[in-house]
Amino acid sequence: MNKSRKQINTTINGEDYTHEVEPRLLLVHYLREVAGLTGTHVGCETSLCGACTAIVDGQAVKTCTMLAVQADGAEITTIEGLAQDGELHPIQEGFWERHGLQCGFCTPGMIVAAHQLLERNPNPSEDEIRHGLEGNFCRCTGYQHIVDAVQYAAEKMQG
Amino acid sequence: MIASSFEYFAPTSVDEALALLSEHGDDAKILAGGHSLIPAMKLRLAEPAVLIDIQRVEGLKGVSESDGTLVIGALTTHHELESSNLVNQKVPILAQTAGEIGDVQVRNKGTIGGSLSHADPAADWPATILALDADLKIVGSGGERVIKATDFFEELYTTALEADEILTEVHVAVPAENTTGSYLKLHQVASGFALTGVAVVLTKSGDICENIAVGITGVSDVPYRASEVESALAGRALTADNIAAAAEKAADGVDILEDIHASEAYRSNLAKVYTRRAIEGAAS
Amino acid sequence: MATMAGPSRLIGAPIKRREDPRLVQGLSHYVDDIKLVNTLHCTFLRSDYAHADIKSIDTEAAENLSGVVKVITGSDIAGKVGSIPCAAEIEGLKVPDHPALAVGRVRFVGEPIAAVVATDPYVARDALDLIEVEYDELPAVVDLDAAIESDSTVIYDEFDDNIAFTMPLDAGDVDAAFAEADHVVSQRFVNQRLIPNSIEPRGVLAEYLPGEGTLTVWSSTQVPHHLKTILSLLLDLPEQLVRVIAPEVGGGFGSKLNVYPEEAVVAYLATQLRKPVKWIEKRSEGFTTTIHGRDQVDYVDMAVKNDGTITALRAKLLANMGAYHQLLTPIIPVLTYLMMPGAYKIPNIKLELIGVFTNKMATDAYRGAGRPEATHIIERMVDLAAQKLGMDAKEIRFKNFPQPDEFPLEMATGVTYDSGNYQMSFNKALDTVDYASLRARQAELRGQGRYMGIGIATYAEICGMGPSVGVAGGGWESSTVRIERTGKVTVLTGVSPHGQGQETSFAQIVADEYGISIDDIVIIHGDTGRQPQGIGTFGSRATAVGGAALIIATQQVKEKMAQIAAHMLEANADDLVFEDGNIFVQGSPDSAVTFADVAATAHVAVNLPPEVEPGLEATHFFEPSNFTYPFGAHISIVEVDPETGEIDLQRYVAVDDCGNIINPLLVDGQVHGGIAQGLGQAMYEGAVYDENGQLLTGSFMDYAIPKATQVPRFETEHTTTPSPVNPLGVKGVGEAGTIASSPCLVNAVVDALSPFGITDIDMPMTPNRVWQAIQDAQ
Ligand SMILES: Cc1cc2nc3c(=O)[nH]c(=O)nc-3n(C[C@H](O)[C@H](O)[C@H](O)COP(=O)(O)OP(=O)(O)OC[C@H]3O[C@@H](n4cnc5c(N)ncnc54)[C@H](O)[C@@H]3O)c2cc1C
Ligand code: FES
Ligand code: FES
Repeated sequence: MNKSRKQINTTINGEDYTHEVEPRLLLVHYLREVAGLTGTHVGCETSLCGACTAIVDGQAVKTCTMLAVQADGAEITTIEGLAQDGELHPIQEGFWERHGLQCGFCTPGMIVAAHQLLERNPNPSEDEIRHGLEGNFCRCTGYQHIVDAVQYAAEKMQG
Repeated sequence: MIASSFEYFAPTSVDEALALLSEHGDDAKILAGGHSLIPAMKLRLAEPAVLIDIQRVEGLKGVSESDGTLVIGALTTHHELESSNLVNQKVPILAQTAGEIGDVQVRNKGTIGGSLSHADPAADWPATILALDADLKIVGSGGERVIKATDFFEELYTTALEADEILTEVHVAVPAENTTGSYLKLHQVASGFALTGVAVVLTKSGDICENIAVGITGVSDVPYRASEVESALAGRALTADNIAAAAEKAADGVDILEDIHASEAYRSNLAKVYTRRAIEGAAS
Repeated sequence: MATMAGPSRLIGAPIKRREDPRLVQGLSHYVDDIKLVNTLHCTFLRSDYAHADIKSIDTEAAENLSGVVKVITGSDIAGKVGSIPCAAEIEGLKVPDHPALAVGRVRFVGEPIAAVVATDPYVARDALDLIEVEYDELPAVVDLDAAIESDSTVIYDEFDDNIAFTMPLDAGDVDAAFAEADHVVSQRFVNQRLIPNSIEPRGVLAEYLPGEGTLTVWSSTQVPHHLKTILSLLLDLPEQLVRVIAPEVGGGFGSKLNVYPEEAVVAYLATQLRKPVKWIEKRSEGFTTTIHGRDQVDYVDMAVKNDGTITALRAKLLANMGAYHQLLTPIIPVLTYLMMPGAYKIPNIKLELIGVFTNKMATDAYRGAGRPEATHIIERMVDLAAQKLGMDAKEIRFKNFPQPDEFPLEMATGVTYDSGNYQMSFNKALDTVDYASLRARQAELRGQGRYMGIGIATYAEICGMGPSVGVAGGGWESSTVRIERTGKVTVLTGVSPHGQGQETSFAQIVADEYGISIDDIVIIHGDTGRQPQGIGTFGSRATAVGGAALIIATQQVKEKMAQIAAHMLEANADDLVFEDGNIFVQGSPDSAVTFADVAATAHVAVNLPPEVEPGLEATHFFEPSNFTYPFGAHISIVEVDPETGEIDLQRYVAVDDCGNIINPLLVDGQVHGGIAQGLGQAMYEGAVYDENGQLLTGSFMDYAIPKATQVPRFETEHTTTPSPVNPLGVKGVGEAGTIASSPCLVNAVVDALSPFGITDIDMPMTPNRVWQAIQDAQ
């Protein structure tokens, strides 16, 4: 089996990582078990729930639907990488301010997806927010406070 | 959630990829965006012994225009097609279709080439690619060939691609000024795939339908051109009655799928109603 | 109360949650985020068949796979791991043996057969494919009506039929009421099976220290204390040496109010292998083997007078238990039974509740648990009666509401509603939507061939579970309040929040009572090692029962503090005020002692008043005198596309009365989430098994929980009718949204389609189903 292991290099939240991995290792398991970043969650097996969302080379992706080997050379940002110098990212702040979470399990993926959304569309309508978060399930909130949270962040980020 | 073991290769050229394909034969699978293949592997519905990741292959990404044709690399993602200015200007129905696929994360990774090659009966691209009468460029160890989209989809999850071939480009002729398009989809509420998706490409002169192509997905095992609808409307006035009468033929002669999400009768009804509305959308 | 609190600053305020900073940064720890060295990974082989005899299991190849540590089957643990328990006490209840791993026969798809333990979860998964099981398939019992026919296959050899229990009720004179009725309305309802799907799957990590003999189990559970007691019984370990920790828990909705085979097996394996063992549920396992909700078929008749007065209700309720009883399985439909009259005074009620075994996963508590079914029945029946009488859906409701001064109100089903003002909440909802103009708009649209519908649900529900006589395993709650030497406050609570926000709302209660900063208070929950006694979080009980235990314990400590402070100030304890971290005589804030000083004095213990012992700590067990009965009115507006059956949900207004409100932000969050789940039932969700008992909706590809695009913005409002049964006057709000919203939406769609002569439609109201209903009506 060792012969088929691959070495991969990644940068995660600004830090460099090098590991040998089995090709079948999913990126989400790499993040959680190898890199020790457990903020990225696993909520399904069918690539639908979005709990595993992280940013890989600027794109929000479901890391359960990507192999770690595909991320060789990639720059990755996970939920742990959003706050800077102890300051919450405005989206994180929005989720806090607007009660955009309950159990919090969907939240990292939701925040990362919202990050992509606001990057592409800094001033989204409610409808656009809902569409932008279609790939992220939340069973607790009914989404309304999540929408409010993203609106809060959009305003804040626009200054 | 955990795939079977496999060997992994990441070639950087088409030739290298083809060589690997020939070497490993049926044991090997191409990996593009991975958003159909990896889910299947995680459930062990697919257990390839060798994975050939073509993401690092040069020259298969992006959209360009040459001689009135949009050339779309097979690895171009749904998101790139949804957001490309060129695509939105020249063939907006492509962008519209891309925007209906899955969700943001899926569109960021999934590719048009992967979707067409996978040939899911409820995928969106096939409807639009059929309606646009696209050409598909395929390379294999035996060389290169171009086939019409209408000849590409053969059976459920089966296309004209041979095991040692790679789809490299999709060619779409930029339609004339007086041509409009519309893609209309009813999402299966859980998966987001098409319960029915209808793509209409319509060329008008005045109120007359000069030419129309209708591609339908989600309704049958294989996506199809609704030729009965097309011939009923081509050359005729685009009145509400004519459109409705033509749309009634949207499911004529096809074997209609039935599953827990939609009965045969309901899918057939959807095909008709969505065809009518898509034509109305394109005509207005 | 001897002492006065300062002005209330926090109770009732929309304080943002103190649990959020860790959660929004991905820094919290759910079970799978806890990593212990040398952890082994467990995975389960599960039955492919709904009903079959196991002829043989060959685990040899799996055991030989490199990295596999152990493979066990049902026969390996027989006699070593006890039967998974059911806490229900119902007369005549049949309770089958429920082995943690199947022995000899499997009774539903997904039932665990073997457990594999390996050093790596990937290897454990590979090993599953190497286990060979030979089955002899038996006919599967899947249909609820057919399961109780005399020719049905009987699932248990030891029983005569598939009936788990029957429970009759005959209150008043139902036969006379029907004989004298002007109209009788009858309807069969299917309350479909739902799959809870909290986004965090279940998971267990267990560690056994052989020297100390201690077992520590981290489980994604709503009831760590029950789990602790039951595990000690199942594994025959001393209860004092078992500690259960519910770390961060990613939602439960009732599905984690249980004790599951995996918890027992993983804990057992840890004791045997003497290394930590972890199992994390895959979503597909969650679909087949975490409890399901609802699943009733109800046959209902209602007697009404011409003026709209409802005089009697008669019903046969068939409730699907599934193959085995889980912790509360048979009790759930009893809540349907108790709440049948809903918000209406109905003097004569005759019921027959029948619990039925089938070859499916067990049902149990899923958000609402029995009350959505009752509410669906009564709210649909009321609409049907109105339709029959040609009466407005609004009028018939007002006609049958009890008056506010009739509370506490004893109902024919035997329960006593604590307090209520149904007119007030309904009027508020009607005003919010401007009901009269809505009806005018509907008439106008109908003229244009458009199908707009207005749906109403005026509900009353039972929660705040509850007095112990009514809750299996106990309905009390326990809380400890301890003031540390530094004046910081530690609260230990037996409730086990997993999203409800009690780290915030409980701190609000304590902060107000003590007049200190919320930042000086820590709420500890979900750890039987720290708070040894408790019941847990379910049945919208945490604040009504756990909050009540908390406030009483808080006040007990405060009394003692006041005595010490009075001693220090040479004042009378009755005159003291607790405000801004100080304690002083009313009117003399300048000569105060600080809260922290008093705490220090209590612990240094050299300047205590006579008879006062050192320390500042109290534990209170609160036993409520009754359940609470929240109520409210929901109104929804839909338009149906008659060509495709698609439903456009245009507006949703909810007026809920959950008694006093501690934190309106949290209450709104609960209402939103609750409505979304009820909306899921109404429009999208439904477990579908085929005739062989295979689950066809076994993943998110086929089972739709609502997405952001599939729910509208909800408009929420409140009325406030305090509950008399607890000192906070709260009722509970965790389930109200779910209970009201599904009938509200069905009523709206039926109202929209009434021009077709449609009077009822089954859930989920998929486009296909709506379209088919229109076809059938034409
Ligand atoms: C959650 C989710 C939702 C989705 N929703 C939709 C939806 O609504 N509509 C829709 O249309 N699709 C949907 N998809 C599918 C998605 O569009 C996929 O991206 C697409 O079907 C496959 O493209 P891919 O690049 O990911 O291909 P891969 O998964 O990498 O490959 C798919 C198959 O095609 C073969 N293949 C790939 N590229 C080539 C090539 N260039 N030449 C030859 N063979 C090739 C592979 O060997 C494999 O067999 C969804 C997917 C997910 C995970
Ligand atoms: S875990 Fe990746 S989408 Fe659900
Ligand atoms: S907050 Fe619990 S799933 Fe979103």
